[in-house]
Amino acid sequence: MASVDYYKTLGITKNASDEEVKKAYRKLARKLHPDLNPNDKEANKKFQQLNEANEVLSDPEKRKKYDLYGENWEHGEEYAKARQNRSANSGGQQFGGGFEGGDFSDFFSSMFGSGSSSQARFKGQDYNSELRLSLRDAYTTHQQTLNVNGKSVRITIPAGIENGQTIKLKGYGSKGANGAPDGDLYITFAIANDAKFKRTGNDIHTTVDLDLYTAVLGGETIIETFDGKIKLKVQPETQNGTKTRLKGKGFPVYKKEGEFGDLYVTYNIKIPTNLTQEQKELFLQLSKLPS
Amino acid sequence: METQEFIPVDVFCIHHKVETAFVVSLQEFGLIEIANINEADCIPVHQLSELEKLVRLHEDLQINLEGIDAVAHLLQHIKEMNKEMQVLKNRLSLYEDV
Repeated sequence: MASVDYYKTLGITKNASDEEVKKAYRKLARKLHPDLNPNDKEANKKFQQLNEANEVLSDPEKRKKYDLYGENWEHGEEYAKARQNRSANSGGQQFGGGFEGGDFSDFFSSMFGSGSSSQARFKGQDYNSELRLSLRDAYTTHQQTLNVNGKSVRITIPAGIENGQTIKLKGYGSKGANGAPDGDLYITFAIANDAKFKRTGNDIHTTVDLDLYTAVLGGETIIETFDGKIKLKVQPETQNGTKTRLKGKGFPVYKKEGEFGDLYVTYNIKIPTNLTQEQKELFLQLSKLPS
Repeated sequence: METQEFIPVDVFCIHHKVETAFVVSLQEFGLIEIANINEADCIPVHQLSELEKLVRLHEDLQINLEGIDAVAHLLQHIKEMNKEMQVLKNRLSLYEDV
Protein backbone atom coordinates (compact mmCIF):
# COMPACT_ATOMS: atom_id res chain seq x y z
CA MET A 1 0.00 0.00 0.00
CA ALA A 2 1.35 3.47 -0.89
CA SER A 3 2.35 5.69 1.99
CA VAL A 4 0.01 8.60 2.50
CA ASP A 5 0.17 11.83 4.38
CA TYR A 6 -3.08 12.02 6.26
CA TYR A 7 -2.44 15.63 7.24
CA LYS A 8 -2.00 16.56 3.61
CA THR A 9 -5.17 14.67 2.70
CA LEU A 10 -7.09 16.79 5.20
CA GLY A 11 -5.16 19.94 4.27
CA ILE A 12 -4.00 20.64 7.83
CA THR A 13 -0.70 20.96 9.64
CA LYS A 14 0.74 18.41 12.06
CA ASN A 15 -0.07 20.57 15.05
CA ALA A 16 -3.73 21.01 14.11
CA SER A 17 -6.12 20.70 17.04
CA ASP A 18 -8.84 18.05 17.23
CA GLU A 19 -11.36 20.75 16.39
CA GLU A 20 -9.35 21.74 13.29
CA VAL A 21 -9.21 18.09 12.18
CA LYS A 22 -12.97 17.81 12.55
CA LYS A 23 -13.54 21.10 10.73
CA ALA A 24 -11.22 20.18 7.85
CA TYR A 25 -12.86 16.77 7.49
CA ARG A 26 -16.36 18.24 7.43
CA LYS A 27 -15.39 20.87 4.90
CA LEU A 28 -13.83 18.36 2.49
CA ALA A 29 -16.55 15.75 3.09
CA ARG A 30 -19.16 18.29 2.00
CA LYS A 31 -17.20 18.78 -1.18
CA LEU A 32 -16.42 15.12 -1.96
CA HIS A 33 -19.34 13.14 -0.51
CA PRO A 34 -20.51 10.50 -3.06
CA ASP A 35 -24.13 11.61 -2.72
CA LEU A 36 -23.11 15.08 -3.87
CA ASN A 37 -20.90 13.74 -6.67
CA PRO A 38 -22.83 10.94 -8.33
CA ASN A 39 -20.82 9.09 -10.99
CA ASP A 40 -17.63 11.01 -10.14
CA LYS A 41 -15.00 8.29 -9.66
CA GLU A 42 -12.28 10.74 -8.68
CA ALA A 43 -14.41 12.36 -5.96
CA ASN A 44 -15.40 8.92 -4.62
CA LYS A 45 -11.75 7.85 -4.44
CA LYS A 46 -10.78 11.07 -2.64
CA PHE A 47 -13.68 10.64 -0.22
CA GLN A 48 -12.40 7.17 0.73
CA GLN A 49 -8.92 8.63 1.35
CA LEU A 50 -10.48 11.42 3.37
CA ASN A 51 -12.34 8.93 5.56
CA GLU A 52 -9.18 6.92 6.08
CA ALA A 53 -7.29 10.06 7.13
CA ASN A 54 -10.09 11.19 9.41
CA GLU A 55 -10.39 7.78 11.03
CA VAL A 56 -6.75 7.96 12.10
CA LEU A 57 -6.39 11.65 12.91
CA SER A 58 -9.68 12.03 14.78
CA ASP A 59 -8.70 9.24 17.17
CA PRO A 60 -6.06 10.59 19.61
CA GLU A 61 -4.51 7.15 20.19
CA LYS A 62 -4.18 6.34 16.48
CA ARG A 63 -2.98 9.84 15.70
CA LYS A 64 -0.24 9.54 18.31
CA LYS A 65 1.01 6.33 16.72
CA TYR A 66 0.76 7.75 13.23
CA ASP A 67 2.77 10.79 14.35
CA LEU A 68 5.36 8.51 15.94
CA TYR A 69 5.99 6.23 12.96
CA GLY A 70 5.32 8.84 10.29
CA GLU A 71 5.53 7.82 6.67
CA ASN A 72 7.38 4.62 7.52
CA TRP A 73 4.30 3.08 9.01
CA GLU A 74 3.90 0.83 5.97
CA HIS A 75 7.21 -0.89 6.82
CA GLY A 76 6.18 -1.34 10.42
CA GLU A 77 4.97 -4.87 9.94
CA GLU A 78 8.34 -5.85 8.48
CA TYR A 79 10.14 -4.19 11.41
CA ALA A 80 7.86 -5.94 13.83
CA LYS A 81 8.55 -9.30 12.16
CA ALA A 82 12.30 -8.65 12.07
CA ARG A 83 12.15 -7.66 15.72
CA GLN A 84 10.23 -10.82 16.58
CA ASN A 85 12.75 -12.99 14.72
CA ARG A 86 15.66 -11.27 16.35
CA SER A 87 14.11 -11.69 19.78
CA ALA A 88 13.55 -15.39 19.12
CA ASN A 89 17.12 -15.88 17.90
CA SER A 90 18.90 -13.88 20.56
CA GLY A 91 16.86 -14.65 23.63
CA GLY A 92 14.73 -11.54 23.85
CA GLN A 93 17.24 -8.86 22.83
CA GLN A 94 15.53 -5.54 22.11
CA PHE A 95 15.41 -4.30 18.53
CA GLY A 96 16.67 -0.75 18.32
CA GLY A 97 14.36 2.01 17.22
CA GLY A 98 11.95 2.58 20.04
CA PHE A 99 9.10 0.19 19.19
CA GLU A 100 7.01 -0.87 22.11
CA GLY A 101 5.95 -4.51 21.94
CA GLY A 102 2.58 -5.28 20.38
CA ASP A 103 1.50 -1.76 19.57
CA PHE A 104 2.26 -2.00 15.90
CA SER A 105 0.04 -4.95 15.12
CA ASP A 106 -2.75 -3.43 17.20
CA PHE A 107 -2.35 -0.23 15.28
CA PHE A 108 -2.61 -1.92 11.91
CA SER A 109 -5.46 -4.20 12.79
CA SER A 110 -7.49 -1.36 14.20
CA MET A 111 -6.80 0.73 11.13
CA PHE A 112 -7.53 -1.86 8.49
CA GLY A 113 -10.20 -4.29 9.48
CA SER A 114 -10.98 -5.33 12.98
CA GLY A 115 -11.82 -1.88 14.25
CA SER A 116 -13.78 -1.25 17.40
CA SER A 117 -17.53 -0.64 17.38
CA SER A 118 -16.95 3.03 18.09
CA GLN A 119 -15.56 3.57 14.59
CA ALA A 120 -17.53 5.69 12.17
CA ARG A 121 -19.99 3.99 9.82
CA PHE A 122 -19.32 4.67 6.17
CA LYS A 123 -21.35 3.51 3.25
CA GLY A 124 -19.33 1.23 0.97
CA GLN A 125 -17.72 2.69 -2.11
CA ASP A 126 -19.90 2.84 -5.21
CA TYR A 127 -18.65 1.05 -8.30
CA ASN A 128 -19.06 2.44 -11.79
CA SER A 129 -19.10 0.32 -14.86
CA GLU A 130 -19.79 0.79 -18.55
CA LEU A 131 -21.77 -1.66 -20.62
CA ARG A 132 -21.56 -1.52 -24.39
CA LEU A 133 -24.64 -2.38 -26.40
CA SER A 134 -25.50 -2.28 -30.06
CA LEU A 135 -28.53 -0.25 -31.09
CA ARG A 136 -30.24 -3.53 -31.91
CA ASP A 137 -29.53 -4.83 -28.35
CA ALA A 138 -31.09 -1.69 -26.91
CA TYR A 139 -34.21 -2.23 -29.00
CA THR A 140 -35.36 -5.27 -27.03
CA THR A 141 -35.63 -6.06 -23.33
CA HIS A 142 -32.97 -8.65 -22.62
CA GLN A 143 -30.87 -10.08 -19.85
CA GLN A 144 -27.12 -9.95 -19.44
CA THR A 145 -24.81 -11.44 -16.85
CA LEU A 146 -22.05 -9.18 -15.59
CA ASN A 147 -19.05 -10.09 -13.49
CA VAL A 148 -18.66 -7.58 -10.69
CA ASN A 149 -15.62 -8.24 -8.52
CA GLY A 150 -16.00 -12.00 -8.88
CA LYS A 151 -19.76 -11.94 -8.32
CA SER A 152 -22.12 -12.78 -11.16
CA VAL A 153 -24.88 -10.24 -11.50
CA ARG A 154 -27.76 -10.96 -13.83
CA ILE A 155 -29.50 -7.81 -14.96
CA THR A 156 -32.50 -7.13 -17.13
CA ILE A 157 -31.94 -4.31 -19.57
CA PRO A 158 -35.26 -2.72 -20.49
CA ALA A 159 -35.87 -1.94 -24.15
CA GLY A 160 -35.36 1.70 -25.04
CA ILE A 161 -32.39 2.37 -22.79
CA GLU A 162 -30.56 5.54 -23.89
CA ASN A 163 -26.93 6.06 -24.73
CA GLY A 164 -25.30 7.47 -21.58
CA GLN A 165 -28.14 6.40 -19.30
CA THR A 166 -27.09 5.03 -15.93
CA ILE A 167 -28.91 2.46 -13.83
CA LYS A 168 -28.20 1.74 -10.18
CA LEU A 169 -27.92 -1.72 -8.66
CA LYS A 170 -28.29 -1.18 -4.95
CA GLY A 171 -25.82 -2.99 -2.70
CA TYR A 172 -23.49 -4.26 -5.44
CA GLY A 173 -20.67 -1.84 -4.53
CA SER A 174 -18.00 -2.45 -1.91
CA LYS A 175 -18.86 -3.48 1.64
CA GLY A 176 -19.91 -0.74 4.06
CA ALA A 177 -17.68 -0.07 7.08
CA ASN A 178 -18.89 -1.01 10.55
CA GLY A 179 -22.39 -2.08 9.61
CA ALA A 180 -23.07 0.79 7.19
CA PRO A 181 -24.86 -0.13 3.94
CA ASP A 182 -22.87 -1.53 1.03
CA GLY A 183 -22.13 0.75 -1.90
CA ASP A 184 -24.06 0.62 -5.14
CA LEU A 185 -23.12 -0.37 -8.65
CA TYR A 186 -23.77 2.20 -11.36
CA ILE A 187 -23.90 0.89 -14.91
CA THR A 188 -23.69 3.42 -17.71
CA PHE A 189 -24.78 2.22 -21.11
CA ALA A 190 -22.73 3.07 -24.18
CA ILE A 191 -24.81 2.38 -27.24
CA ALA A 192 -22.81 2.12 -30.43
CA ASN A 193 -24.01 3.90 -33.53
CA ASP A 194 -25.58 1.74 -36.18
CA ALA A 195 -24.54 1.94 -39.82
CA LYS A 196 -28.14 1.91 -41.02
CA PHE A 197 -30.14 3.53 -38.26
CA LYS A 198 -29.64 6.70 -36.26
CA ARG A 199 -31.55 7.31 -33.09
CA THR A 200 -32.77 10.57 -31.57
CA GLY A 201 -34.67 9.92 -28.37
CA ASN A 202 -37.34 7.42 -29.31
CA ASP A 203 -37.25 8.14 -33.03
CA ILE A 204 -35.17 6.30 -35.60
CA HIS A 205 -33.85 7.80 -38.81
CA THR A 206 -32.83 5.80 -41.84
CA THR A 207 -32.02 6.50 -45.46
CA VAL A 208 -33.16 4.16 -48.21
CA ASP A 209 -32.18 4.08 -51.83
CA LEU A 210 -34.98 4.43 -54.35
CA ASP A 211 -34.64 3.77 -58.06
CA LEU A 212 -35.45 6.64 -60.38
CA TYR A 213 -38.43 4.95 -61.99
CA THR A 214 -40.23 4.22 -58.69
CA ALA A 215 -39.49 7.77 -57.56
CA VAL A 216 -40.97 9.24 -60.75
CA LEU A 217 -43.87 6.88 -61.30
CA GLY A 218 -44.61 5.81 -57.72
CA GLY A 219 -44.78 2.26 -56.45
CA GLU A 220 -43.58 0.24 -53.50
CA THR A 221 -40.31 -0.35 -51.76
CA ILE A 222 -39.30 -2.78 -49.02
CA ILE A 223 -37.44 -1.31 -46.08
CA GLU A 224 -35.75 -2.98 -43.13
CA THR A 225 -36.62 -2.07 -39.56
CA PHE A 226 -35.49 -3.58 -36.23
CA ASP A 227 -38.83 -5.35 -36.24
CA GLY A 228 -38.47 -6.92 -39.68
CA LYS A 229 -39.13 -5.83 -43.24
CA ILE A 230 -42.04 -3.58 -44.15
CA LYS A 231 -43.52 -2.56 -47.46
CA LEU A 232 -43.76 1.15 -48.07
CA LYS A 233 -45.88 2.90 -50.65
CA VAL A 234 -43.97 5.50 -52.68
CA GLN A 235 -45.86 8.47 -54.05
CA PRO A 236 -45.32 9.37 -57.74
CA GLU A 237 -42.84 12.25 -58.32
CA THR A 238 -41.07 11.67 -55.04
CA GLN A 239 -38.13 14.09 -54.75
CA ASN A 240 -34.63 13.21 -53.57
CA GLY A 241 -34.37 13.75 -49.79
CA THR A 242 -38.10 13.38 -49.19
CA LYS A 243 -38.74 12.29 -45.64
CA THR A 244 -41.58 9.96 -44.63
CA ARG A 245 -42.69 9.34 -41.08
CA LEU A 246 -43.85 5.89 -40.01
CA LYS A 247 -45.73 6.42 -36.79
CA GLY A 248 -45.01 3.92 -34.01
CA LYS A 249 -42.24 2.16 -35.94
CA GLY A 250 -39.40 3.79 -34.04
CA PHE A 251 -37.63 2.86 -30.81
CA PRO A 252 -39.50 1.45 -27.82
CA VAL A 253 -40.12 4.04 -25.10
CA TYR A 254 -38.09 3.14 -21.98
CA LYS A 255 -40.20 1.26 -19.43
CA LYS A 256 -43.44 2.02 -21.28
CA GLU A 257 -44.55 -1.23 -22.77
CA GLY A 258 -46.25 -0.97 -26.16
CA GLU A 259 -45.16 2.66 -26.74
CA PHE A 260 -42.82 3.41 -29.62
CA GLY A 261 -41.32 6.46 -31.26
CA ASP A 262 -41.49 7.06 -35.01
CA LEU A 263 -39.36 5.90 -37.90
CA TYR A 264 -38.24 8.59 -40.37
CA VAL A 265 -37.28 7.34 -43.81
CA THR A 266 -35.33 9.63 -46.11
CA TYR A 267 -35.30 8.68 -49.79
CA ASN A 268 -32.04 8.74 -51.67
CA ILE A 269 -32.90 8.57 -55.35
CA LYS A 270 -30.37 6.65 -57.37
CA ILE A 271 -29.74 7.88 -60.91
CA PRO A 272 -29.28 4.89 -63.21
CA THR A 273 -25.79 4.30 -64.55
CA ASN A 274 -24.40 2.23 -67.45
CA LEU A 275 -27.34 3.16 -69.67
CA THR A 276 -27.85 1.25 -72.88
CA GLN A 277 -28.06 3.13 -76.14
CA GLU A 278 -31.82 2.60 -76.20
CA GLN A 279 -32.22 3.98 -72.69
CA LYS A 280 -30.14 7.01 -73.56
CA GLU A 281 -32.33 7.69 -76.60
CA LEU A 282 -35.48 7.35 -74.56
CA PHE A 283 -34.12 9.81 -71.96
CA LEU A 284 -33.23 12.15 -74.79
CA GLN A 285 -36.77 11.94 -76.17
CA LEU A 286 -38.09 12.53 -72.70
CA SER A 287 -35.89 15.59 -72.25
CA LYS A 288 -37.22 17.12 -75.45
CA LEU A 289 -40.82 16.87 -74.36
CA PRO A 290 -42.27 20.08 -72.91
CA SER A 291 -42.27 19.92 -69.15
CA MET B 1 -54.08 -3.91 -9.77
CA GLU B 2 -50.74 -2.32 -8.93
CA THR B 3 -49.51 -2.99 -5.39
CA GLN B 4 -47.18 -0.70 -3.49
CA GLU B 5 -44.87 -1.70 -0.66
CA PHE B 6 -44.35 0.40 2.45
CA ILE B 7 -41.99 0.48 5.41
CA PRO B 8 -43.19 1.89 8.75
CA VAL B 9 -41.38 5.12 9.61
CA ASP B 10 -40.48 3.88 13.10
CA VAL B 11 -38.86 0.71 11.68
CA PHE B 12 -36.80 2.83 9.31
CA CYS B 13 -35.79 5.18 12.14
CA ILE B 14 -34.68 2.36 14.44
CA HIS B 15 -32.65 0.76 11.67
CA HIS B 16 -30.95 4.00 10.65
CA LYS B 17 -30.74 5.43 14.18
CA VAL B 18 -32.52 8.66 13.29
CA GLU B 19 -35.27 10.58 15.04
CA THR B 20 -38.81 10.14 13.73
CA ALA B 21 -39.13 13.92 13.86
CA PHE B 22 -36.36 14.19 11.27
CA VAL B 23 -38.23 11.99 8.78
CA VAL B 24 -41.44 13.90 9.44
CA SER B 25 -39.60 17.18 8.83
CA LEU B 26 -38.33 15.87 5.49
CA GLN B 27 -41.94 15.26 4.56
CA GLU B 28 -42.89 18.77 5.68
CA PHE B 29 -40.17 20.15 3.40
CA GLY B 30 -41.73 18.17 0.55
CA LEU B 31 -38.64 16.04 0.08
CA ILE B 32 -40.34 12.69 0.69
CA GLU B 33 -43.87 11.35 0.90
CA ILE B 34 -45.28 9.59 3.92
CA ALA B 35 -48.46 7.55 3.72
CA ASN B 36 -50.72 6.82 6.67
CA ILE B 37 -51.71 3.16 6.64
CA ASN B 38 -53.75 1.71 9.49
CA GLU B 39 -52.84 4.76 11.57
CA ALA B 40 -49.12 4.17 11.10
CA ASP B 41 -46.82 6.50 9.15
CA CYS B 42 -45.19 4.57 6.33
CA ILE B 43 -42.61 5.25 3.61
CA PRO B 44 -43.22 3.92 0.10
CA VAL B 45 -40.39 1.52 -0.76
CA HIS B 46 -39.56 3.34 -4.01
CA GLN B 47 -38.60 6.38 -1.88
CA LEU B 48 -36.23 4.43 0.31
CA SER B 49 -32.99 5.13 -1.56
CA GLU B 50 -33.78 8.86 -1.74
CA LEU B 51 -34.58 8.95 1.98
CA GLU B 52 -31.38 7.06 2.81
CA LYS B 53 -29.43 9.60 0.78
CA LEU B 54 -31.01 12.48 2.74
CA VAL B 55 -30.21 10.73 6.02
CA ARG B 56 -26.58 10.31 4.93
CA LEU B 57 -26.34 14.01 4.05
CA HIS B 58 -27.67 14.84 7.51
CA GLU B 59 -25.60 12.30 9.44
CA ASP B 60 -22.31 12.27 7.51
CA LEU B 61 -22.13 15.97 6.72
CA GLN B 62 -24.17 17.51 9.55
CA ILE B 63 -26.30 19.39 7.04
CA ASN B 64 -29.45 20.82 8.57
CA LEU B 65 -32.91 20.53 7.01
CA GLU B 66 -32.74 23.83 5.15
CA GLY B 67 -29.37 22.79 3.70
CA ILE B 68 -30.69 19.36 2.71
CA ASP B 69 -33.64 21.01 1.00
CA ALA B 70 -31.30 23.26 -1.03
CA VAL B 71 -28.90 20.39 -1.84
CA ALA B 72 -31.75 18.08 -2.92
CA HIS B 73 -33.11 20.72 -5.29
CA LEU B 74 -29.69 21.43 -6.76
CA LEU B 75 -28.96 17.71 -7.21
CA GLN B 76 -32.28 17.31 -9.01
CA HIS B 77 -31.39 20.28 -11.19
CA ILE B 78 -27.97 18.77 -12.00
CA LYS B 79 -29.60 15.43 -12.81
CA GLU B 80 -32.02 17.08 -15.23
CA MET B 81 -29.25 19.10 -16.86
CA ASN B 82 -27.08 15.99 -17.27
CA LYS B 83 -30.00 14.21 -18.88
CA GLU B 84 -30.60 17.10 -21.24
CA MET B 85 -26.90 17.29 -22.06
CA GLN B 86 -26.89 13.56 -22.88
CA VAL B 87 -29.89 13.96 -25.19
CA LEU B 88 -28.15 16.86 -26.95
CA LYS B 89 -24.90 14.87 -27.25
CA ASN B 90 -26.82 11.98 -28.80
CA ARG B 91 -28.51 14.37 -31.20
CA LEU B 92 -25.19 15.97 -32.10
CA SER B 93 -23.62 12.59 -32.84
CA LEU B 94 -26.30 12.12 -35.49
CA TYR B 95 -24.71 14.93 -37.50
CA GLU B 96 -21.08 14.34 -36.57
CA ASP B 97 -21.10 10.74 -37.79
CA VAL B 98 -22.47 11.56 -41.23
